[in-house]
Amino acid sequence: MTEQPQATLSRDEGQLVSEAKAGNYAAFEELVNRYEKKIYRLGMNITGNREDAEDVLQDAFLKAFEHLPDFREDSRFYTWITRIAVNEALMKLRKRRSSREVTMEDSEDENGDVQVREFADWKPNPEQQFAQSELEQILQTAVGSLSPGFRTVFYLRDVEGLSTEETAEMLNLSVGAVKARLFRARLRLREELSKTFKRG
Amino acid sequence: MNCNKAIKEICRYLDGELDEGLKTTLETHLTYCNHCSAVYDSTRKTIQLYCDGKVFSLPDEVHTRLHDALKRKLQRGV
Repeated sequence: MTEQPQATLSRDEGQLVSEAKAGNYAAFEELVNRYEKKIYRLGMNITGNREDAEDVLQDAFLKAFEHLPDFREDSRFYTWITRIAVNEALMKLRKRRSSREVTMEDSEDENGDVQVREFADWKPNPEQQFAQSELEQILQTAVGSLSPGFRTVFYLRDVEGLSTEETAEMLNLSVGAVKARLFRARLRLREELSKTFKRG
Repeated sequence: MNCNKAIKEICRYLDGELDEGLKTTLETHLTYCNHCSAVYDSTRKTIQLYCDGKVFSLPDEVHTRLHDALKRKLQRGV
């Protein structure tokens, strides 16, 4: 197999955006290939549901394709598509729970104590004790038990590795609110998973 | 340091945000408190599980449907 030149393997994102804006569909497709896995995972983490995650993925990239001429390139394409996908995912949740308003402004106090109900140790290597599909189901159920505001913060900070400040900016939250939600989200997820993974 | 305070600081500890003094106090607490040590380990493990690229991997058919939808949009004209 002939190895492709490095320049082809890792083409500059800005260059791809410029080419896509000029009408080169292959360049846009390369951007999609680069980020589709991350955007799908975002959809899974925020909606907690395969079908909704696929809708989020499609709607986000279709919207990005449509609005590419408006993309001002003052941020990375990845930041832009992530922002679109977060909005799509939250909209999806609003539609699903039309009787309950879903916003980033959950009515959680920022400094209250958290009751930790589950102190158990986990079995070693829980990921090796379940088939991948089982583990996916367990993680999906646990993340689905969080409120949208919490799971979105958890996803952006812990999975995507955005800074607290970047997460706050993306979600129009204060830095303090992001920190408080991350704290609670981590503990609640841990508690949910402990029900399955705790030792005997 | 009591357990309530330790639990509150575990999050900042995971993010490397604690100053040296508080970090040492928490680490000392974690060496003798099995409860808080279990909470710390399992919280760290929780994050790792969700970061694992194998979980929530993109199914081939979802990839195909996305690219088909984009091509249809391209053919219709944006």
